[in-house]
Amino acid sequence: MVVRSWRHIKERYNLIGVICKNCGTVYFPPREICPKCRRKTKFEEIKLSGRGKVYTYSVVHVAPKDFEKQAPYVIAIIELEEGAKITGQIVDCKPEDVYIGMPVEAVFRRIKEDGDDGVITYGYKFRPIEN
Amino acid sequence: MRDVAIIGYGQTKFGELWERSFRSLIVEAGVKAVESAGIDGKDIDEMYVGNMSAGLFVGQEHIASLIAEHAGLNPIPSTRVEAACASGSLALRQAVLNVASGASDVVLVGGVEKMTDVVDATSAISSASDQEWEALFGATFPSLYAMMAQRYMYEYGLTLEELSMWSVIMHENGSKNKYAQFPFKVTLEQVLNSSPVAEPLRLLHCSPVSDGAAALIVCEAEKAKEFVNEDDIIYIKASAQASDTIALHSRESITSLKAARVASEKAYKMANIEPKDVDVAEVHDCFAINGLILMEELGFCKKGEAGKAVYDGKIAIDYDGFPAINPSGGLKAAGHALGATGIRQVGEIYWQLKQDKEVKDRQVEIKNGYGITVNVGGTGGTVCVHILSNKK
Ligand SMILES: CC(C)(COP(=O)(O)OP(=O)(O)OC[C@H]1O[C@@H](n2cnc3c(N)ncnc32)[C@H](O)[C@@H]1OP(=O)(O)O)[C@@H](O)C(=O)NCCC(=O)NCCS
Ligand SMILES: [Zn+2]
Repeated sequence: MVVRSWRHIKERYNLIGVICKNCGTVYFPPREICPKCRRKTKFEEIKLSGRGKVYTYSVVHVAPKDFEKQAPYVIAIIELEEGAKITGQIVDCKPEDVYIGMPVEAVFRRIKEDGDDGVITYGYKFRPIEN
Repeated sequence: MRDVAIIGYGQTKFGELWERSFRSLIVEAGVKAVESAGIDGKDIDEMYVGNMSAGLFVGQEHIASLIAEHAGLNPIPSTRVEAACASGSLALRQAVLNVASGASDVVLVGGVEKMTDVVDATSAISSASDQEWEALFGATFPSLYAMMAQRYMYEYGLTLEELSMWSVIMHENGSKNKYAQFPFKVTLEQVLNSSPVAEPLRLLHCSPVSDGAAALIVCEAEKAKEFVNEDDIIYIKASAQASDTIALHSRESITSLKAARVASEKAYKMANIEPKDVDVAEVHDCFAINGLILMEELGFCKKGEAGKAVYDGKIAIDYDGFPAINPSGGLKAAGHALGATGIRQVGEIYWQLKQDKEVKDRQVEIKNGYGITVNVGGTGGTVCVHILSNKK
């Protein structure tokens, strides 16, 4: 479990995805091949801006053990500017203020209080963009 | 390919069965299935068992061998099949292919899950989603379906009342099912006021954490007559399966289940019927929103219109002119013992089509003689559809 959560630190800390130069699709998280192009895949790394809009969300009340202290919290799917959609929490606002279409940006935060193995996991969460 | 039939079915009660072990559940279901088919252990050529995660829930893997031994069926081949909550129907599909191919004549197919031995079932269940890119960030299973519901409400204007009516009807049906985990009725107000789990979903929009097992006897159609009356043979007219992305965020649309659409279209073609020919359906309502989406994917109503059909009571057992949906009470009221669910759904349709005394209090009127099941793994990464008929 420790290795598994470390293996993706680069992508999780820096929002590094891949773009397929054959079809133009952006993927986050990175994957091995482009499902649309298969062996014609031409992947390059792409640093994502972290800006996007809330595509959908839910306020979680019944949480897994590792997240109990954070409940209730908002989990969401964010549609990034570059096109990929990703799952993450929305923080720094009241759950009732979140709406579909809300502009958000990624911030670097502690994800879990305590992992299975006592390891703290860091990564991205999202917060509203002030305007 | 040979024709395949079902000649027997049995199940345990679903629920928080503290006094029951994993082994005792599956053996009880298997013995009941064997008895109802009037066969003997030595008639069984092979067995399959659907199970999502005995490893996480009871710390036991290699359960195919364990079950064959405890059922007294050694040394026949025994195989476990896993696809999260769709494990049961995938096991059935393997049995169907096995009998159709001529490899075996009689196959026992079970499904089992013992979920209440762990303290944190929410974490164990989340292993059916993308662990590294969904669960790691705090997405729970109910919350993934809640995000589908939220988006569906936004795109189609579904109301919480319409969604909640699903649960009212499921509990109404479940109140007539002695094997159901929650054999009692609930009101619309109770659903709307139940505690929030993952908004917009509340407790009474969710299937529960359940223990349970179910088993079917699958047999080559000609040979079936050696064991049961011709009237009691139910034929498997289609068995179809499709896949989609494991993570919800990777889908183009999260208000539809593409794998369900692909599998059901394929199944209708195999059975040579249309949605309007279906008398009765068992759909995978792990959360109320999935019941609605599956009604649309099965072609019972247009996209965005399921909520209204439910609110108008069209899915009820006694409504004329629309398929009766989940006479068992569905996953909502009958319970959802993950690996057992796909088998239990088919078992209900088997009973309904042969008008078995087990379902006399909730018998659907059988006009065309067709029933359909749809069993979903995860948030739709695996979907398996079966069509059954009382006609060969
Ligand atoms: C919905 C859920 C979170 C509720 O769990 P919980 O909040 O821990 O609830 P508890 O187990 O403490 O039960 C509290 C009470 O509600 C009842 N209850 C639990 N789940 C229920 C449900 N789905 N419907 C109706 N009543 C339910 C219990 O029987 C208990 O009643 P009691 O107080 O009279 O004994 C849990 O059932 C769950 O995770 N369900 C989803 C399972 C799932 O994801 N399956 C895979 C889907 S693909
Ligand atoms: Zn490509």
